Amino acid sequence: MASIRQNAYSELLPDFRNMAVMARVLVAVNVAALTGTLYATPALGPALERFVYAAAFLEPLLLIELMVLYAVSPFFPRFTYWQGAAAIVGLTCVLAAMYHAAVRSVAGGDAMPSIVRTLLLAIVVAASLLAYFRLHSKAFSPALAEARLQALQARIRPHFLFNSLNAVLALIRRDPKRAERTLEDLADLFRTLMADARQFVRLADEVQLLERYAEIEHLRLADRLRVTWQLDAAPLDALLPPMVLQPLLENAIYHGVEPGTGVGDVLVRIERRGERVHAAIENPHLEQGGQRAGNRMALDNIRERLALFFDAEARLETRIANGRYRVEIEIPYRRA
Amino acid sequence: MIRVFIADDEGPARERLKELLEDIAGEVPTELAGEAANGVEALERLPASNAQVLLLDIRMPGMDGLELARHVTALENAPAVVFVTAHDKHAVEAFDLNALDYLLKPVRAARLAAALKKAINVGAPQRENLARAAGGPREYLSVAERNRIVLVPVRDILFLRAEQKYVTVRTKAREHLIEESLIALEREFTGTDLPYPFVRIHRNCLVARAAIRGFERTGGGEEEAHWQVVLDGVPERLPVSRRQWPTVRELIAERP
Repeated sequence: MASIRQNAYSELLPDFRNMAVMARVLVAVNVAALTGTLYATPALGPALERFVYAAAFLEPLLLIELMVLYAVSPFFPRFTYWQGAAAIVGLTCVLAAMYHAAVRSVAGGDAMPSIVRTLLLAIVVAASLLAYFRLHSKAFSPALAEARLQALQARIRPHFLFNSLNAVLALIRRDPKRAERTLEDLADLFRTLMADARQFVRLADEVQLLERYAEIEHLRLADRLRVTWQLDAAPLDALLPPMVLQPLLENAIYHGVEPGTGVGDVLVRIERRGERVHAAIENPHLEQGGQRAGNRMALDNIRERLALFFDAEARLETRIANGRYRVEIEIPYRRA
Repeated sequence: MIRVFIADDEGPARERLKELLEDIAGEVPTELAGEAANGVEALERLPASNAQVLLLDIRMPGMDGLELARHVTALENAPAVVFVTAHDKHAVEAFDLNALDYLLKPVRAARLAAALKKAINVGAPQRENLARAAGGPREYLSVAERNRIVLVPVRDILFLRAEQKYVTVRTKAREHLIEESLIALEREFTGTDLPYPFVRIHRNCLVARAAIRGFERTGGGEEEAHWQVVLDGVPERLPVSRRQWPTVRELIAERP
């Protein structure tokens, strides 16, 4: 899903219709002017006087500039960041030049600094403010990443929840012990699901979760589901993001076992390969339309979460061969 | 006593429904007419079961509940249908729109009792309503033969030809007659994104695109020349009408 990959977020131009942005611009420009006059004039009194003089020149230009930016800001999303930034600097120059000329015609040329100086100052101030806003949005992007992570947190299908509850209801009278165990498994599953999406979990815990999940599915599907576990070489102390493997197993059963009339063989293999943890989940590939979209979305979701945790160091691949559908994940081996 | 048939692929779900039927026996007396774990099995067992109400899960392997319900209507004494689903937003919306009754899993005893009473009064669902609710083409056409339903897989069908009152369904092995309108069949099976698309070659005929081997030109001289479809596996030739020829030719040219 391309829409989730919004790297563009940190590359957005400031929103000139946002009051906070306008206030920051006003304060920053005035502080710059004050600093400039304090530096240029040794005594405090005359310096303040000069600042007031400068502000009288500066403030109207600043307000006009902000109003113009307010008016044109809806067009910015059409441009790339750098095009937009160039447009803003250019606009500032044009406005400054026009303003300069207007003031000169009213106040007379003698009191005025040269136009080159005005333009240079305008460019420097506009560029530094743009740089400031860029840094600012970059600094805040971890918050965005976190929000994305929360939004991407795996969800168990409602289909599974309601069918499982129904299966438990069927058990309560005939086999209360098993009903109890199933509810405990469900509770564990949902506890993990609602846990903090940012915290790594131990592979041992994730494997236990997989087994509990498979147990519940087994109750519903009985002989139609056969899961083979190959976990002897699994590094149980490895750390991985939560709920990465469970959705894969859920997908395998939802797409590879439930729609089939025969027995569905699912394979779960986790092993350490040098400094990497490798997991593969395999299920029968059934020729069934209409379900691919859901599957791809779940995979994109996991891929995205792996990227947020491991950047480019994680890998997720799918393969269809010999009537089997196979998902493979590889992540760096990090010990608990 | 209402005779109830249960079709659900999950054993525990069938058990649960049976338990509930016992629980409400005081209010709505029922007896179990039969049960099945998938659509094909249900179609085999239903005709002899004399079921009056079919409790039907939507998501089943092989054939889903919605398609099953459409074939069941071909039966002489078709049962009323109450769909049962855990969570299927699209299906539920379609049911609401097309006056079809459904229960949500886990099912409540009171809801089940109400649904059974209503179903007995309403009777078998309208075929058109089921077709509209299904949203996609069927995988089989069904032929009611005496007291059983013969399923003809759509992928095996070579062509569909309208006769007087019926439509002939031709497969490599044999012919069947079904009571459906060619116009409705065309609507269902001629989309280009379908797994087994058909194409209209004549006012009275739809041909499976995959079954077309080629074309033959006949006539000429006195008689006006026209094209005929040559089919895979059967000797019949099917005339292409002048009106349909450009469309047919274009479709075939697109074929990989």
